[in-house]
Amino acid sequence: MSPTPFEYAPAPESRAVVDISSSYGLFIDGEFVDGHGPAFKTVNPATEEVLAEVSEASAQDVDRAVAAARRAYTKVWSKTSGKDRAKYLFRIARLVQERSRELAVLETLDNGKPIKESRDVDIPLVAAYFFYYAGWADKLSHAGFGPDPKPLGVAAQVIPWNFPLLMLAWKIAPALAAGNTVVLKPAETTPLTALLFADICRQADLPPGVVNIITGAGDTGRALVEHPDVDKIAFTGSTAVGKAIARSAAGTRKRLTLELGGKAANIVFDDAPVDQAVEGIVSGIFFNQGHVCCAGSRLLVQESVADEVVERLKRRLTTLRLGDPMDKNTDIGAINSAEQLARIRALTDVGDAEGAQRWTAPCDLPDHGYWFAPTVFTKVTQAHRIAREEIFGPVLSVLTFRTPDEAVAKANNTPYGLSAGVWTEKGSLILRMAGELRAGVVWANTFNQFDPTSPFGGYKESGFGREGGRHGLAAYLDVA
Amino acid sequence: MNRTSTAVLDDLGVRGEVTASDASLRRFLHGLPGVDKVGVEARAAALSTRSIKTTAKAYAIDLAISMIDLTTLEGADTPGKVRTLCAKAVRPDPTDPGVPSTAAVCVYSDLVGLAKADLGSSGVKVAAVATAFPSGRASLGVKLTDTRDAVAAGADEIDMVIDRGAFLSGRYLQVHDEIAAIKGACGDAHLKVILETGELATYDNVRRASWLAMLAGADFIKTSTGKVAPAATLPVTLVMLEACRDWRDGTGATVGMKSAGGIRTTKEAMRYLVLVNETLGTDWLTPDLFRFGASSLLNDLLLQRHKLATGHYSGPDYVTVD
Amino acid sequence: MTDRLDVRKTYKLYVGGKFPRSESGRSYEVTDHRGRFLANAAQASRKDARDAVVAARAAFAGWSSATAYNRGQVLYRVAEVMEGRRAQFADDVAAAEGLTGRRAQDIVGAAIDRWVWYAGWADKLSQVLGSSNPVAGPFFNFSTPEPTGVVAAVAPQDSSLLGLVSVVAPIIVSGNTAVVLTSFERPVPAVTLSEVLATSDVPAGVVNVLTGSASEVAPWLAAHMDVNALDLAGVDDDALRKSLEVAAADNVKRVRRADTSDWSADPGLSRIRAFLETKTVWHPIGA
Repeated sequence: MSPTPFEYAPAPESRAVVDISSSYGLFIDGEFVDGHGPAFKTVNPATEEVLAEVSEASAQDVDRAVAAARRAYTKVWSKTSGKDRAKYLFRIARLVQERSRELAVLETLDNGKPIKESRDVDIPLVAAYFFYYAGWADKLSHAGFGPDPKPLGVAAQVIPWNFPLLMLAWKIAPALAAGNTVVLKPAETTPLTALLFADICRQADLPPGVVNIITGAGDTGRALVEHPDVDKIAFTGSTAVGKAIARSAAGTRKRLTLELGGKAANIVFDDAPVDQAVEGIVSGIFFNQGHVCCAGSRLLVQESVADEVVERLKRRLTTLRLGDPMDKNTDIGAINSAEQLARIRALTDVGDAEGAQRWTAPCDLPDHGYWFAPTVFTKVTQAHRIAREEIFGPVLSVLTFRTPDEAVAKANNTPYGLSAGVWTEKGSLILRMAGELRAGVVWANTFNQFDPTSPFGGYKESGFGREGGRHGLAAYLDVA
Repeated sequence: MNRTSTAVLDDLGVRGEVTASDASLRRFLHGLPGVDKVGVEARAAALSTRSIKTTAKAYAIDLAISMIDLTTLEGADTPGKVRTLCAKAVRPDPTDPGVPSTAAVCVYSDLVGLAKADLGSSGVKVAAVATAFPSGRASLGVKLTDTRDAVAAGADEIDMVIDRGAFLSGRYLQVHDEIAAIKGACGDAHLKVILETGELATYDNVRRASWLAMLAGADFIKTSTGKVAPAATLPVTLVMLEACRDWRDGTGATVGMKSAGGIRTTKEAMRYLVLVNETLGTDWLTPDLFRFGASSLLNDLLLQRHKLATGHYSGPDYVTVD
Repeated sequence: MTDRLDVRKTYKLYVGGKFPRSESGRSYEVTDHRGRFLANAAQASRKDARDAVVAARAAFAGWSSATAYNRGQVLYRVAEVMEGRRAQFADDVAAAEGLTGRRAQDIVGAAIDRWVWYAGWADKLSQVLGSSNPVAGPFFNFSTPEPTGVVAAVAPQDSSLLGLVSVVAPIIVSGNTAVVLTSFERPVPAVTLSEVLATSDVPAGVVNVLTGSASEVAPWLAAHMDVNALDLAGVDDDALRKSLEVAAADNVKRVRRADTSDWSADPGLSRIRAFLETKTVWHPIGA
């Protein structure tokens, strides 16, 4: 037996399972067409390799996409029975399951997230959301919105880069189930799985124009949400852009749902199941490189156990494996873009400057690509910017509290209100905390759980409206 | 986490106080941090997706072979059966001397002398199950005699069972004192304490029984007899490894871990090694601190070893059946 | 071209995922609507009913604790596999019910769609039928529907496929397991459905299908103390219906009475609700 330690050999997923074209157009009215804007490149953030050139949709292209969606709505989809809409969505769910490996590999290449996450979390959830909303399409009269709730019409949907295909599913599945047609714009750094999804719509024989995918950056998104023939805007992304969209929609008839930023408190009491709490802290902030709007970016730990918890946390973080996202053993992948990396660096530098104590997990960063090692700041107070601003990266700020009242006060002391975590073996304390926390999702003795049956969305500046569950239908029905 | 590591250490400094009565022992064991079932099972499942390939797999296969307590614990065991088992343990693959020996053979105590004679100076140890294995239902006197017999016959290791009835009815002190008494009867032999986790049922109980065994002087804690289902599982092993880790952090002492029963395939064995590696680190990846209690696992490891060496799948006709 | 002599199938029961003959060794002749020989169907006995209940009980723990998502996928899979056998089902239904090919095909399509409809309910039931209850005190209080257990059903006598599916699917979607006695005179589509269930992902014992006489077998199911509920959809005879309800009272079975269902109509939720319990949980809020 060799005396070398147990080093996991590289276990790379094959990228041969997916064909990437050198260039992509826009998916409008059931076919790919060239955009009128300049092409832009999408890169693999783990290597900086250019994966493909993608058309940018101009205002004229946006108009064409909205017109296609309107036509499909008026002529086809609004006349398609709920039973048949259900069947289309079930088909899509099955096609996603069938092509799951291809989708997972493409997601990881374009986004930088570890293949084990795209394979075990993102893509299975995508199928689950379609499956769940498929079942609602012919049951809307049972959903609690009256005997015959009507769709809104054409939905403009703009989604972020952190869970590209999953956010697409959160948007498209309920919209189609409720009877709307959509124009969806994926983020400019992660357009590829949405474009592959267009091929799934083709395989499902979905009528042309029901789903339109247009690519581009902020200008395209603005043109889409400001288009006068859009009935509904659904946006997931930053709070700043969300506010701008809310302003632009002011005075129009457009319905709006916003899923924005967060600065969630993950609250650990002294009677928590400590090993599982440590796991929950890790998945809370280091899952998907911390590119999660509901990430548990503020650890609030009871002062009596703070040292022990932080010590256990650091020990656990030393076992995280950062590197090639295509390696099945990678826990922490690449930061999605150079721009995001710069933002994380800037905010963590502020953390240093403001006197917080930085600890970085020992790991080698690859030479190419965008990387940031898991980082923990201790001695953080409510006054620090790293405790107030969303970093959207693998950076945890640790604060302490003494009593449940103080934990609630600190947890709620933020303009955000998307999610929160509570760790204690005392059930009555969990329910008390859940009642007092001003957050749209409260996880108890777990974190970052997602399920199509479970409504998700924020309080305060984290947005309004819910995605998922029965409540998620309300965003796409004329029931206000 | 009612207790910090420091507090645990303090308690250990006054171990006599902890073990002064059922009540004090109960306060200590029930003060250990709880185990959330969903969370621990999710963690074990997540670790089981680790992909162990090529060089890592070759290393891990040989490591796993060297960690096996090759076991036969049947009423029908005979000298002939023990002899073939010993031969297999010393040289698992007669065609390849590069295959390491297993760590030990594990037999009933009346067969220890035979095994010891067969194994000679091979370095393969003899482990004996004792203390009215597998039920543990006998008087302490009988259990002590059972243990002394095995030690006298040359056993290097004693695998005892705890009194689950006493544990489940809250007589922790009785369980503790019994383990300590057996430890006393072991002399130089290493003591493995079988918790029979399938009968303890909850992870909180597994954690408490692990600490109880370590407090009483166990050299190893072991999941199962193999006679009760479920035997070893990944989450149970994880909870026990965490206990070993916290014990090391608190006392500086190392206690080994043995997962026994139901581990039959190389794939499963790899998952256990990953658990050890990521919970306790590479220090623990040695037969001195981690064992598999198994029989059919060995042949599957050999088949996978053939596959790695030759590039094609082997078949059961190409490993020895005993 | 010479006429090929066809190979005929033996029609059997479906119990615990296996296809046994009746333990009694009996069978009865099944004819088409014109009286021509179709098959000899196994004639289930009280002991077959007993075995079916044992199988259904054994399957209950696993099926009721499967995730709703999983149950939904399994029901949808039944629809997928049925779709591949549309022609066979249409032939079966046409022969059994004396329908034109076109009408039979429509019925088969409706039966497949019914599985799809119920598949979608698996993970929505508790959202529509459950509640969070604002009790006047420091308690978190919620109610959720749970399956009642083993449900014995007498399937409609006329609607041999659509009626059967419309009875079985709402029983199992929530996690119950079923023992179903098929149409006596038209059992062939039910046997084909059994073959579909066996090759979908439905766990063994979740649905057990008996062919035979309601008057002979149903009383044993109605009186069985390990059956939790009774669906009398296919019991046409008033005296029999009453006696089954009387027997069912011995262990307070939930009874869904026979109704003159239009099986092609929107099924609604009532058949699902008939076989659910409601569980309410209280937990203090405080600390």
